[in-house]
Amino acid sequence: MKLGRIQGKVWATAKDPKLNNCTLYILQPVDEGENPIGMAQVAVDTVSSREGDLVYWVGGAEATFISPDRQVPSDVTIVGLVDRLDLKKL
Amino acid sequence: MILCKVIGSIVSTIKHESYRNKKIMIVRPITPDGKIKSGTMIAIDTVRAGEGDTVLVMSEGRSTMDILELKNREPLRSIIVGVVDRIDTISNQLQI
Repeated sequence: MKLGRIQGKVWATAKDPKLNNCTLYILQPVDEGENPIGMAQVAVDTVSSREGDLVYWVGGAEATFISPDRQVPSDVTIVGLVDRLDLKKL
Repeated sequence: MILCKVIGSIVSTIKHESYRNKKIMIVRPITPDGKIKSGTMIAIDTVRAGEGDTVLVMSEGRSTMDILELKNREPLRSIIVGVVDRIDTISNQLQI
């Protein structure tokens, strides 16, 4: 799992029916200091996040298991909103 | 599994059902001689690791499911599975 900042929303009318009712966001992976890591991704949302939110997301096969009775064809899924980061100076 | 250092934790109210009652830590990968690398990750804590600890982090969903004794696959991937006391390498010994 990693941190990410939501940068925008993706609208796609013609898509796989298994992606119906999924909100798609542009997600830029970031580190704890908000420095971007790699390329922006398109993510499926499960927690009603909005543009500008700092979130954490899961990638890989686990991104598909969003609920016990539903699997979505996604490789990046937003699973939580960050209220606060408690960081220790190293 | 990779070696990481715990650099903080996340406070989060709205989250996926699978993350309820779990401690979410921020970790950064380190080299065996203790240098912190880039690529911050989020990991669930099961071994009461604290900030500043060197830990073992596993990033594999099936193994995470095993450790947390889950019945179904859930969107959990990275998990802290151990706190490192000491690392012995050929060139030196790192006391954490």
